[in-house]
Amino acid sequence: MIPPAFTYVRATSVDEALGLAAEHGEDAKYLAGGHSLLPLMKLRFAAPGVLIDLGRIPELAYVRDEGTYVAIGALTRHHDVAHASLLESDVPLLAHTAEAVGDPQIRHRGTIGGSVAHGDAASDLPAALLALDASFVIRGQDGTRTVPAAEFFRGIFETALEPGELLTEIQVPKPASPAAWGFQKFTKRAIDWAIVGVAVQGHAVALVNMGSTPLRATAVENALASGASIADAAALAAAGTSAGSDIHASKAFREHLARVLVKRALEDAAARS
Amino acid sequence: MKVELTVNGKEVTADVEDRMLLVHLLRDVANLTATNIGCETTSCGACTVLLDGESVKSCTVLAAQADGQSVTTLEGLAADGQMHAVQQAFHQEHGLQCGFCTPGMVMAIVSLLKENPSPTEAEVRTGLEGNICRCTGYHNIVRAALAAAEAGK
Repeated sequence: MIPPAFTYVRATSVDEALGLAAEHGEDAKYLAGGHSLLPLMKLRFAAPGVLIDLGRIPELAYVRDEGTYVAIGALTRHHDVAHASLLESDVPLLAHTAEAVGDPQIRHRGTIGGSVAHGDAASDLPAALLALDASFVIRGQDGTRTVPAAEFFRGIFETALEPGELLTEIQVPKPASPAAWGFQKFTKRAIDWAIVGVAVQGHAVALVNMGSTPLRATAVENALASGASIADAAALAAAGTSAGSDIHASKAFREHLARVLVKRALEDAAARS
Repeated sequence: MKVELTVNGKEVTADVEDRMLLVHLLRDVANLTATNIGCETTSCGACTVLLDGESVKSCTVLAAQADGQSVTTLEGLAADGQMHAVQQAFHQEHGLQCGFCTPGMVMAIVSLLKENPSPTEAEVRTGLEGNICRCTGYHNIVRAALAAAEAGK
């Protein structure tokens, strides 16, 4: 499959990327690793007239210790997130989740910023970042703003990013107990999207593919905060969700999976901490 | 657009469509046809090549994105008529049946062993999760990867 015709332009700095986006308007799309966008284009679900390649902006690929939080450049590849020693020690949930994305070849190309900006409720990293209370730094023509993960994911493939804006950095607060993490996903084949997934950090629980956006399992979190057992809290995992039915799983099966996987992820977190 | 790449150590310069995929540049412009096109949807791994030394699926990389970078295909592995250790191991362990997935499997294993020179069997199996063998000949492919790792010690 070949993507529909487009014009390829390359940015070598954030300023140049923003300028190109302003010049080409809504017909343009940013291209990072291309592992979400190019497959969509091949299927004609997206047909931008202009692709602005961000792949040559080295200033956006880093993992940096900022004291209370870790700053990750949006173009940092999954492979580099998974193997960053700072994340392995201080935010192991994120390192582990990045290693669970796709397969080695995909992790050599795909970027954390691309995954977040794509806004797919079936992606692993957005849920992990939601459980970690991460914030996203967004640059536009009018300056910089920071949006918490809880306000970033708006709907199906819809985020807080306005046309032309560029996600530049992911800020991840260092958890008080880094080891208290759990990550579970259910797939039919290793490389598939999660039918359901769960990311746990402490008592924060986020769900993959249980609605149109990544979701916090607030009923579970509230139960844990009131002293409920893991088993009792996990039984509430499907409360407040809006899972869909498709060829992979029915809504009822997804709700069952959410309860089972939340229990396992919470037990893993408890065992590690 | 004009792209200039180093493919298997040789300069390749071409004027290509902006939407051309790397795998088509390799097969149709550079005439290197070992790299197979399988699913074209980033799933099967048949088109795996090394881009600046790391495995990628060349059906999901634009030729334009690879401009200025270095690509290694299966044809670039043997040196001075001697098969690469991974190729030799596939031969010894009979790591193929129909052979269609083999170029991608070999390139994925070269990349895997570069990152992890002494993998466990489980690490080899996880490391090959992006490559599908529709003959289901996985056991001998895994044996070949482990034999290549052993030979490299």
